Amino acid sequence: MLVDQPGGATTRAPRSAERAAAIRASLGVALAVSAYGFSFGALSVASGLDIWQTCVLSLLMFSGGSQFALIGVLASGGAAAGGAAIAGAALLGTRNGLYALRIAPLIGGRWPRKLLAAHWTIDESTAVATAQPGLEGQRTGFWFTGGLIYLGWNLTTFVGALIGNQLGDVSQYGLDAAAAAAFLGLLWPRLKQLQPVVVAIGAAVVAAVLTPWLPPGIPVLMAAMVAVVVGVTNWWGAKA
Amino acid sequence: MTIWQVIILASIAVLALKLVGYLVPPSLIEKPLPARIAGLLTVALLSALIVTQTIGAGQDVTVDARVPALLVAAGLFAVRVPFILVIIAAAATAALIRAVT
Repeated sequence: MLVDQPGGATTRAPRSAERAAAIRASLGVALAVSAYGFSFGALSVASGLDIWQTCVLSLLMFSGGSQFALIGVLASGGAAAGGAAIAGAALLGTRNGLYALRIAPLIGGRWPRKLLAAHWTIDESTAVATAQPGLEGQRTGFWFTGGLIYLGWNLTTFVGALIGNQLGDVSQYGLDAAAAAAFLGLLWPRLKQLQPVVVAIGAAVVAAVLTPWLPPGIPVLMAAMVAVVVGVTNWWGAKA
Repeated sequence: MTIWQVIILASIAVLALKLVGYLVPPSLIEKPLPARIAGLLTVALLSALIVTQTIGAGQDVTVDARVPALLVAAGLFAVRVPFILVIIAAAATAALIRAVT
């Protein structure tokens, strides 16, 4: 944290200490998140994508929730469910746009730099950046977390895809059950208030009821309507 | 649509959404309503994906080894076991049930 000196000046030491704290946070988060990459790579080839398609997805899309959603829909509906798969991935990516609003003021420079920052604007880089007390730490936290996860995520995706490719029949190893568990892991930290819990239950019921009646992927998009309705009405929301 | 086209189009859509935040003035969309809906959208989609991954089989609904595997995962997440270990435990549960039934 920046320390105000008598007279308003800030010392150099706390400034680098701030940066060091941000880098420590980045390393911890990047190590933990990169481990998800193994499961993504393995599940992706289990869903019918080849190793190259799996790696290109991690390189170009670089947003775990959207990637898991895309392979989830493709696993049940194949390329025929492509439209629903794209819509699902995009809807899960909308939150990145809101994160970008928070991060944009930290990013100076020209467009290539902003484009790279945009590509690295994900849950974790935003979380580490916004958790730092000072501007210097926020910038450092964002770039280190984004960059380290980009390296780690793509490396572990590749290794996971190679392993998944060797396994053959994946249901024998329970990999199909691992996909649901992966989604649960992404959902779990978001269930800290009543409103998201209600939305999670409502969306689960909608998806379960509609699955036998609609093509794969569409029930998931219909369940998203629960979020829109509860969001607009702010039912079960915290009192302002 | 081919798988490659799905991958490219979806990646462009996800990157475009990230770029939106760098292009528009924050005052335009940083309001409680869009922020609330975006947060809840994530929750609804993840929850719906859990259901279709657990009981879906193409367009059919079925209860099999994936259900107990998900329950094991929920129990482990509740006691804060790390992500990767939970995933392995869930896969192992389903694999074990299938091996003995």
